[in-house]
Parts: sequence; structure tokens; C-alpha cells
Amino acid sequence: MIEQQPKLIHAFGALAELGQEVANKNNFQETIRTSLHLVSGALGIMRGGVARYSRFGRELNMLAVRGLGDDFPLSLSLCMEDERQFLANGLNAIEVASARVLPFFQVYSVSIDAKGIELLVPLIIRDEIVGAMFLGEKATGEPYSTYEIEIICAMGRHVGVAIAQRNLMAEIERRAEENRKLFDDLRTTYHDTVKAFAAAIDCKDKYTEGHSVRVGKYSEIIANELDWTADQVEGAATAGYLHDVGKLTVERKIINAPYRINAKESAELNKHPAVGFEILQPIHHPFTDVPLAAKYHHERLDGRGYPDGLIDREIPYIAKLVNLADSFDAMTTDRPYKARRPAGDVIDDMRRNAGQQFAPELVVAFMRGMLRELAGDAKEKRFRRLLGREYMEAEGLTTTLRSALNELRPTSEMTRIDP
Amino acid sequence: MIRETSPETNDDATATAVITAGDYLNKLAGESIERLCREKLDSGVKRLVVDFSETEIINSIGVSILLDVIDSAKKHDAKVVFAELREDSRELFDMLGLTKHVTIV
Repeated sequence: MIEQQPKLIHAFGALAELGQEVANKNNFQETIRTSLHLVSGALGIMRGGVARYSRFGRELNMLAVRGLGDDFPLSLSLCMEDERQFLANGLNAIEVASARVLPFFQVYSVSIDAKGIELLVPLIIRDEIVGAMFLGEKATGEPYSTYEIEIICAMGRHVGVAIAQRNLMAEIERRAEENRKLFDDLRTTYHDTVKAFAAAIDCKDKYTEGHSVRVGKYSEIIANELDWTADQVEGAATAGYLHDVGKLTVERKIINAPYRINAKESAELNKHPAVGFEILQPIHHPFTDVPLAAKYHHERLDGRGYPDGLIDREIPYIAKLVNLADSFDAMTTDRPYKARRPAGDVIDDMRRNAGQQFAPELVVAFMRGMLRELAGDAKEKRFRRLLGREYMEAEGLTTTLRSALNELRPTSEMTRIDP
Repeated sequence: MIRETSPETNDDATATAVITAGDYLNKLAGESIERLCREKLDSGVKRLVVDFSETEIINSIGVSILLDVIDSAKKHDAKVVFAELREDSRELFDMLGLTKHVTIV
């Protein structure tokens, strides 16, 4: 043993480096290639390879090879008997010369003999084959000694751990990808459901057909102008789509009344925000404020809104946003008792009501979005699609918008900016 | 102080290439040497001289790469010569069997 001491010291140095290499979590292929070098260099092994085992294909697929040439198979199949024997063998090296009886060594005897493979080390981690090391003759030409085989097996455990870790990571990545796809599917289903609801709400009111969809789109425009995150913008659009869901319970004749409704009818109609909240509250929305937008989208900063007459800071921000989108659509579409108002009038109305009905910074964001589109700075012509080209090209609209924007100063004292 | 140096080559008309290993023969230096050796073998060099005069430390990866160089040389019917080996490096190569495959000068 004393004369073997330098050899042991050299081998333990390699073992330490191997442990470090595996723990470093470098590029997996590079780790395996380096591991093969370390095993080979530790004992002066002329050639060899490291393979990963695929349980499903029952195949050993080469990850790194040294000196095996192009004719050595890159993928080697195992039969059930081979697998059973390898597992029974545990993490011990199999000397090829004494294992010829196994089907694996019979099938691949030509390649194995041609390359002088002397040892096969099954890499077994938690009772599973994760791979194997193929090792050729030593440079000394001597047979492997017992302690050398022990060193090889110790190094094999490290290589096995590296492969098992990689397998685990691949499995985690696969499941994460699967979850992401499931989440995307769920999100698509949610969006489709929201749009279907919006269409159902709009069907009830023949005069304001498409109102919920438009409010959803205006809400999205405002949220975008406020530089909200993609999720927040989506939440704002959803709140817009569903803000009138409570109208599903209001009698059609009240909604479609071709006259100004009376007090009793008005009281009935005014229940829709609270009813909407009741409908939306039990649903687990990805965006928490959706039911609140339905409940409070008729509140005003000055407290003259309904159902609760809340004032500014008491009103959820998303409800203020939907309120603006809702009011804008009400003013810019024909109603049974009233034709839509000219664009300039609507802008003027919004300017005058900023700070009373509407949050000023929301009005600014909305007008800014409109102005950007008129100036040709917007990617999409969304206002034009929603309002019609002629409406958007009304004479003096750009001047009116500029003038309103110059006049409006967001009163941060009055309103809460954060969504 | 250990430093890594790029291997150098000096070719002559007798198809011999001299490659100087750096002071630390590890993965990085070993791969450079291997690449250079392969280039020389592919270009018809029949005698590869690896000069270890500057080499103080050789790790397991370095050894493995030198074995690859020896293997490549055999396939090209070329000889490998290890020159200016330090005593401890020579002992290491003796112990691992590399000296059976190369000429030591």
C-alpha cells in the first residue's frame, strides 16, 4: 500500500476535483466531459465513455467519449434481463471479461472488444439506473486492481449524481412548461368567458349593442396610457367588459325603454352595480378588483354617484377608470332618447367634469391616448375603429384636445394614482 | 507563481513539432495543447515533442488530455516525445503508464 500512496493521492485529488465539478452546476455536457477526463486521468485510462440511461427507451446514450472512435455505438440498448442484473449489481463495476453471459455484452461484444472496454460501471442513484461508464484498458496495460475499482466506483457516484440532478432539472422544466401551458389555456378560457359574458350583457340592450366590449377596450386604452403592467391592463379590460354584468337581472323593457325612464324604473336599473358585484364576487378572478369595478363604476369623485355615494378616495381606482370609459361610451353612442354628442362636446364635458365626476389624471391619460392617435403616434387606430373615422376626424378635435390637456392639471391631492 | 501560457510550436523540415506546455497543465491549457497537436498531426507531423520545461503542475484532466494526444498520434503513425520533464511529473507519468507510450528525453 505504501508504494501505492502517490497513486492514491493523485486519485483523491481527481475525486475532489470531480466533486467540485459536479457541485459547480456548469454546463451539463461539459461537466460530463470533464468528469470523464478526471476519471481517465486519475488512473491513466486510455479510453472510455459516459452514457445517460433512458428508462423509457431502455437505452444508454453516450454523453461523452474519449478514444472510442466513430464506430462505437452512440446508443446501446438494454433488455430487461440486463437492466435487472445491472440494478442487482448496484454501483459496482462489472468486469466485461466475467460478464459475457449478459445479453448486453453479447449484443455489443464486437464494439466492446474492438475498443478494449474492460469495465462497465452502472451509475445507480436511488435504485434507478441513470447511466453507465465504459472504461478501456489502462495505459500501464495492467489489470485494474481492487482499490482502483473502488476509486472508479466512488467517482461513478459523483457522475451518477450529476446525471440524476440533470434528469431532475429536466423533469422540473418539463412540468413547469406543462403548468405554463395549462395556465395559458385557463387564461384563454377566462378571456373567452369574459367576452362571452360581455356579449350576453350587450345582447340585452339593443340600443347600446357592443357597449360592454367598447368599455373594455376604452379601459384598456386608459390603463395602457398609465403605463400599467400587462396584467394590470388585462385586469382593467376585464373590469370594463364585465362592469354591467348586473344588468342581466334588470328587465329588458327598462333597459330598452325608448324614453327617459321614471323614478321606479331608475331605482330598478340602479341596482345593477350591486347585483353585478354579487355575481362577480364568488368568482376567483386573476384580477382582484373586477367585482369592485362593477359595484362602484357609477360613483363620482364629488360623492353624487351611486350606489353608496362614495367620495374620491373611497372609490376603488379601477372603478374610477371604468366610470370614465363607461361615461365616454355613453356620450359617444346613440341612445334611444338621445343622439350621440359631437366629439368636441364630449371632450369639453370630460374636461369640465374632471375632479368632480372623473379622476383628472385618468381624463388626461384618455385624452392623451386620443391625441396620440390623431397625431399618428399610436400603433393602432383604436379610437377610429370604435368611434368611426368621420367622428374622429371632426374639425377642431385636435385643438380641443390640446386645449383641454393644457388646462387639466392632475390634482394629486384629490386622487390616488396607484392601481 | 503558477501561470497559464499558450503552447508554442516550432516546426522543422523533418516533420517534427515542438509544443511547449505552460506551467500548469489543466483543462484549459490541455485543450489548447490537444488542439495544436491535432492540427500538427493532420498536417503530417510524425514527431510531436511536448516540452514540459515550464510545467510545474499536471492535474488529472491534463493527464487524460495527454493520453488523448498519445492516442491520436498512434492513429496517425506518429511518435510522441516528452521533453524536459520534472522529476515529479516523470514519476506521475510512470505511475500512470504514460511513459510506456512515449519517448522521454
